[in-house]
Amino acid sequence: MNKRYDAIVIGAGHNGLTNAAYLAKSGLDVLVLEKNSYIGGATVSRELHQDWLYSNCSYVCSLLRPEITRDLELPRHGLQVVPYGGSVSFCSNGDYFGDYPDHERQYREIARHSIRDANAYERYEADVMKQTRLIRPFLLRTPPDPASLKPRDLKEMKYLMDAFADLGEEGLADTLRFWTMSIADYLNEYFETDVIKAHLAGSGIIGTALGVYSPGTAYVLLHHYMGDVDGTVGAWGFARGGMGAVSDALASSFRSFGGEIRVDSEVEQIIVKGNKAVGVALSSGEEIAANIVVSNLDPKRTFLNIMDEKDLPSDVVSKARNFKIRGSSGKLNIALDGLPTFNGIPKNSPLMQTDMHMLDSLERMERAYDDWKDGTWSADPYVDMLIPSQVDPTMAPPGKHMMTVFVQYAPPQINGRDWTDEDRDAFGKTVIDQIANYSPDFKDLILHCEVRTPREIENEVGLTEGNIFMGELTFDQLLFNRPFPGYAQYRGPISGMYMCSSGTHPGGGVMAAPGANAAREILADLKRPNLVPEAYADD
Amino acid sequence: MTNARYDVVIVGAGHNGLICAAYLAKAGRKVLVLERNEQVGGAAVTHEFSDGFRVSSCAQWLYQFNPNIRAELKLDQYGYELAAENLSTIALSADSNHLTLSSAELNGASVTESDKKAYQLFIKQMLKFSGILAKASERRIPKLLEANWGDRFALFKLGLEMKLLGKEDMQDLLRIALINIYDVLQENFDNDLLKAALSLDATLGTHMGPRSPNTVFSFLHRRLGEVFGFNGVSVVKGGMSTLSQALANAATANGVEIRTAMPVSRINSTADEVTGVTLANGEVVEASTVVSNADPKTTFKSLLGFQKLETGIIRRVSNIRMQGNVAKLHLALDSLPQFDGLDENQSGQRLIIVSTMDAMERAFNSAKYGEYSAQPVMDISIPTLHDKTLAPEGKHVLSALVQYAPYKLAQDWGSVKEDYAQLLVERIDEFAPGIEEQILSWELLTPVDLEREFHLTGGHWHHGEISLDQIMMTRPFPGATQYAMPLTGLYLCGAGAHPGGGVMGLAGKNSAQEILRSNRSKTNLAGKKENVA
Amino acid sequence: MRSHDETMMLQTPFHSRVAKACELNQWDEWKGYTTPAAYTEVEQEYFAVRNSTGVFDLSPMTKYRITGADAELYLNKVMTRDVRKLNPDRVGYTIWCNDAGQVMDDGTLFNFGENNYRLCSYTRVMDWLQWSAMGFDVEIIDETADFGALAVQGPTSCAVLKAMGFKGIEKLKPFGISHFPFEDAEVMISRTGFTGDLGYELWVEPPKAITLWDRLFDAGSNLGIRAIGGNALEMVRIEAGFLQAGVDFVPAEETVRIGRSRSPFELGLGWLVDFDKGVFNGRQALLKEKREGSRYAFVFLDVEGNKPAEHSFILKGNKEIGTVTSAAWCPTAKSNIAFAQIESKYANSGENLTAEIYYQTELKWTRLLAKCHVIDSPVFSSPKRRQTPAPDF
Repeated sequence: MNKRYDAIVIGAGHNGLTNAAYLAKSGLDVLVLEKNSYIGGATVSRELHQDWLYSNCSYVCSLLRPEITRDLELPRHGLQVVPYGGSVSFCSNGDYFGDYPDHERQYREIARHSIRDANAYERYEADVMKQTRLIRPFLLRTPPDPASLKPRDLKEMKYLMDAFADLGEEGLADTLRFWTMSIADYLNEYFETDVIKAHLAGSGIIGTALGVYSPGTAYVLLHHYMGDVDGTVGAWGFARGGMGAVSDALASSFRSFGGEIRVDSEVEQIIVKGNKAVGVALSSGEEIAANIVVSNLDPKRTFLNIMDEKDLPSDVVSKARNFKIRGSSGKLNIALDGLPTFNGIPKNSPLMQTDMHMLDSLERMERAYDDWKDGTWSADPYVDMLIPSQVDPTMAPPGKHMMTVFVQYAPPQINGRDWTDEDRDAFGKTVIDQIANYSPDFKDLILHCEVRTPREIENEVGLTEGNIFMGELTFDQLLFNRPFPGYAQYRGPISGMYMCSSGTHPGGGVMAAPGANAAREILADLKRPNLVPEAYADD
Repeated sequence: MTNARYDVVIVGAGHNGLICAAYLAKAGRKVLVLERNEQVGGAAVTHEFSDGFRVSSCAQWLYQFNPNIRAELKLDQYGYELAAENLSTIALSADSNHLTLSSAELNGASVTESDKKAYQLFIKQMLKFSGILAKASERRIPKLLEANWGDRFALFKLGLEMKLLGKEDMQDLLRIALINIYDVLQENFDNDLLKAALSLDATLGTHMGPRSPNTVFSFLHRRLGEVFGFNGVSVVKGGMSTLSQALANAATANGVEIRTAMPVSRINSTADEVTGVTLANGEVVEASTVVSNADPKTTFKSLLGFQKLETGIIRRVSNIRMQGNVAKLHLALDSLPQFDGLDENQSGQRLIIVSTMDAMERAFNSAKYGEYSAQPVMDISIPTLHDKTLAPEGKHVLSALVQYAPYKLAQDWGSVKEDYAQLLVERIDEFAPGIEEQILSWELLTPVDLEREFHLTGGHWHHGEISLDQIMMTRPFPGATQYAMPLTGLYLCGAGAHPGGGVMGLAGKNSAQEILRSNRSKTNLAGKKENVA
Repeated sequence: MRSHDETMMLQTPFHSRVAKACELNQWDEWKGYTTPAAYTEVEQEYFAVRNSTGVFDLSPMTKYRITGADAELYLNKVMTRDVRKLNPDRVGYTIWCNDAGQVMDDGTLFNFGENNYRLCSYTRVMDWLQWSAMGFDVEIIDETADFGALAVQGPTSCAVLKAMGFKGIEKLKPFGISHFPFEDAEVMISRTGFTGDLGYELWVEPPKAITLWDRLFDAGSNLGIRAIGGNALEMVRIEAGFLQAGVDFVPAEETVRIGRSRSPFELGLGWLVDFDKGVFNGRQALLKEKREGSRYAFVFLDVEGNKPAEHSFILKGNKEIGTVTSAAWCPTAKSNIAFAQIESKYANSGENLTAEIYYQTELKWTRLLAKCHVIDSPVFSSPKRRQTPAPDF
């Protein structure tokens, strides 16, 4: 062994870089190891077709904590987030539903489908905001252990309970309902129009192996509503230059504190001696010593792949095995020769620059999920599609466009066997056909298409089963249950080992909160001053 | 026309209504129970579906009835009698290698030793968890913020119970309470039939499949009976009517007046309180307290009328999910059906047709889209093996709960009922060859029939989905969780209230306690019990 | 399926005339409609209402038509006041609450007789109206776009309408409704308004809107008629003591934070709550509030000096006891008036309080602690408002 680092972070995804940046900022000697030849993990921009940049995994930005963006000076390190608003769902009858960011325009558009729904939307918005306000303060906090009687856990439990108490008796009951309902049932309490329900239900299933009728999906919706851009809660934005700009800015910030990143360095093993993590072994055979090892890999990979079962308590191994990290989505990244036309909306419509969806009823969405349960990709898939090159000139040559298509559902395996190249191509064709159903000139404009099934996402990015959240966002795996009960405070089961991935609280999405929260715990263990900012006060 | 005055009028002589009445009368209240049908019992009744053939109309097993109620109301003196108890569950296998599940052990179906061991651990842990649920079920659900001292003490005790589980079990409970039974069973077991059999208890009577989150909770709810001392299911002698009649006898003995064939057309109210009821015959009965044993939708929409309710309540009531998925099949049989691989004793157990969890999930898929399941799940009873009074000499009755048969079918139930009955018989025939030829007559009660016959909105016999968003502090709806409804003097005592359930009786008992408390009664139930004993 | 274009910003039926008259080209948005903030000069517009006649295009006002056998019964449950006491051809000011007794909005209710009503409101309430309609035989239609409306307000407004040929208009009582033939159609006139002075509102189907505007302005040319925008109306309504949803209170179902909505009692609208009429939304909660007392009170404050107390904190001694929701210098009453939400125990007539006012002159900010006191009624209330027959000036 050569140099001994204060800390090694495994995986240069956005959480690994965030964690490393805070450790380095505190004065620690930190090394980030990345198995790929590029950094960013699932937060990347890649030139896979000449002159085109693909955000080929994550593709939009909202959850990234503004406290961290500001604290790590990411704008100075090159990050620019351009907000976009709205979304649109196309209907099979040629109509569409456009969700405009302007309140009145949105009202008029909903009223075009149903006056009652347009008015109900105002109540829906207020009610969802109540839930969002409850959850947001917890994003930059370490969850308490409800089974512990330590003063800190009791204090955090009290903070949690006080937040709930602020809801009032009926509000509290409504929150319990919200967290345990299906998104379909929840929306049925507000709306009568199917396309509006389908449109809103999308946020309840993205990245999740559940259907719109599955209880628990109302909470998943929250996960897509709780972000903000410049203080506008629920808004989303494009990172200029693709999502890789987020990782590049984090890496630059990290380096400015003296941090070191090594790419093409796959960790094969966390070395444990005397129940303490002492370093890592690379697949090249090289061993690097460190006082602290932080894993930014998902819990399954961390405990089942790069740690030895004999180094771990048995409950952790079984909990890692039972951790639910089901792949449910795929992705197409497409280079286009021009801007496609979509049924019903003119090319200058603001809806062209927003998320586009293809399913117009809850039933179609649920049937797409039934296919997943049956071990195959959806024949009538749900897509969340954007053409960021309309806004971001760095993504494609002038007049040309880059389209990102998130697809649901795609199972981790096809009928119990691994995906094949033929499966992948057939999956890609299904999606392209789906889009073409609503865009007559789309197919002719395709110059290049990258199709990613859970297999590709797992193999290239290292997300088990291709799950974008590194673990289902169901209640059994949230807050003090994430990743496992008893291990939700970023500390691993052995001394000197920590977790900072999206598999920890508060979960996935490009949020950077797990990385920052883990850094706070590590600094506390090292008895160093905390550098991780508190959440901005919401009123 | 006003001719009578009571302390309490109870609308509906279902088992909860009768229990509520009995407890109130024991505490000295003058109680009148009004029942629209000819016989008492609501959905807990026996009816003759074919000449000389009788069957429990809805619930066919007794498995959750609270033993304290049985003792406190001295039901054994009033006719409570079981024909069989502690029955095992036999999951039927196409290859006749059936699986027998009892509370203690597993037999058959080539179950491995590791599954057997896991089963015992699993059942033990679930029993522990159900134990906490049982504690919460035996009293009103506490309010969390507007809690009085009683509520606070109850909350404290619940918290303590959780802590007493020990750290690992507590963490486990927090983890699994909201997830699906499918994943939990996959984690614990290998045997497909075993997993399917267990997941039936998590999904029966719900609009959920094994993969629906919240089904672990419904499993724990179903298992409350094990906490109450049941080791498997029981069969009531003479069918469910016997239980209801015993309850009616107990109530009457305590001074309750029961009038059957006496439909209530309205619950009367001023702007601020209830004043009594108007009967279908025009008679008005005055009472300061009216207790509804009907489901919440019937209570608010039909009996009180939405015109008399503030809009927020209407919204709450309308949003209660209560569309049934269970149909009931009754076969009058010429002789005992011959199930492959089962002897006569075994045929008398609880027989279930479940195949695999994935098949059950597919069966549920149909229900989501308003279709009945082509491969239905069944819970079969042959009560005549335990109780010969239900059929003519040598003949038999087969009764089966069938799932999923959604209330809202894409077609009209009337037009497909015969086809469906045929499909069901063919399904049973796979396991009991020749049964088709044994059938003398049949009856199929779809949720639509159940709604009509037993006045259950949506044909839902739990008076509302038992799902996490509709239980405890949200049952029947937020703001009305302690039996007192948002109109002074009106109470709910049926399964639509906490803790819901099948034939359990706790909603009736808890509501009686609440009514006595609100009247600032000096006689509480416990004190009275001692006096009477 | 309706076309894409209809989702664009809306224009009222009077838009072509409004646009021409709007010399300042200052526009606001009102519930999706383009509406002028000011036409020429705010002060002139204000004085038109107080001195002659001001015309305000109130077409964007949300309008619902409620019909059916149970319409009266239904509205009586929705509204806190006794709708049965509102006679045919009469208009009533009304509020409605949710179950928690919190005000959802205020508005005017028009009784056209035979279970035929129009409800005008600031907020949209279709969802609530539909939920409330369960169990009633009623039909509710959003007719916002089906009628254009002009408020014709001020001392000479009756004279203007007489000059237009609406015979007998002077006999129309306050809050009365009358119908007049107009260009092969009909114009409905109600003696209602938002200004505290003599005034009318004219309701017409869109095809006749332009003619109505033209004839109105012809008739008023010698009577000082002038179109007024939102800015002038704001001054007038504060002077006259009218509340505005979204400004003086948050519509209950739009609140996200607990405690931010207000009850009728807390808005000084307790007189619109009638407990003698039976069930209505909010009844139980309001009975409880009446027993236990209100948290807040809505008061009119007379503030010393001439600096409007906009967004000011209200202090009792050094203690913060409330905030101002609306404030203006009132040119007719020559008073500096503020509407405030304060803790209820300080809401006594004559109570001496302090307004913490911040204002700037040439970028210099000044903090002013202005004395103020609670007054019983609005500072402007013209006797002409109640006079029948209505005077000519």
